[in-house]
Amino acid sequence: MKTQEIIEQLPYGQPFLFVDELKSVDEMGTIGSFTFHEGLDFFKGHFKDKAVVPGVILTECCAQIGLVCLGIYLLSPSPNNATDDISVALSSTEMEFYRPVFPGEKVEVRSLKSYFRFNKLKCTVKMYNDNQELVCKGVLAGMLKSYEGE
Amino acid sequence: MVNKEQYQQLKDIIKLYLPEDVTEDAIEADSHFINELNINSANLVDIVLDVEDAFDIVFENEDMDKMLTVKDALAIIELKLKP
Repeated sequence: MKTQEIIEQLPYGQPFLFVDELKSVDEMGTIGSFTFHEGLDFFKGHFKDKAVVPGVILTECCAQIGLVCLGIYLLSPSPNNATDDISVALSSTEMEFYRPVFPGEKVEVRSLKSYFRFNKLKCTVKMYNDNQELVCKGVLAGMLKSYEGE
Repeated sequence: MVNKEQYQQLKDIIKLYLPEDVTEDAIEADSHFINELNINSANLVDIVLDVEDAFDIVFENEDMDKMLTVKDALAIIELKLKP
């Protein structure tokens, strides 16, 4: 399954898609990136005086690249086939934040699978900024199921 | 017949995943993991993974589907431990 096909398979759309590019995917994890463009709506209110990407959005970005993209890859029935439909539910997040991300910054997320069993995918994730500095890291888990065509 | 030792071992695992509004005393053989103990499906997976480690057994997807109550879990454990 190609990385572009995985992105097309993501159940997110504007303004809540936080994956631009998926650089690599294998059984053990993913590497992908996203740029927080200045026009993103939440910058108007977080904060009123100084725009910073909210921690929940950084977490979401980690989850979309690190957890959901990996889940789509792991659920694909064969290397050439995409799953028909996927349902996703975040089940736990444990994040620590180290550096702020400002409007216009590009980040890279790397995930490493802990396990994928009985539809639960658990990963450690790390996000870096363009200077290769750690922005945040943590452990994310979610329930991911695919529904074959009906 | 419930194997008391296995039951206690299982209870010790389950209590780690109980939400704050459910106490350990609520765990009974007939308790339904999701409906009565308020354990979510993600934590149920963690319970199974801990049970696998504690009893040195492996659960299959069918086992997971059948494991609705504490008693169901004990039955699966007992079956897997049979020589």
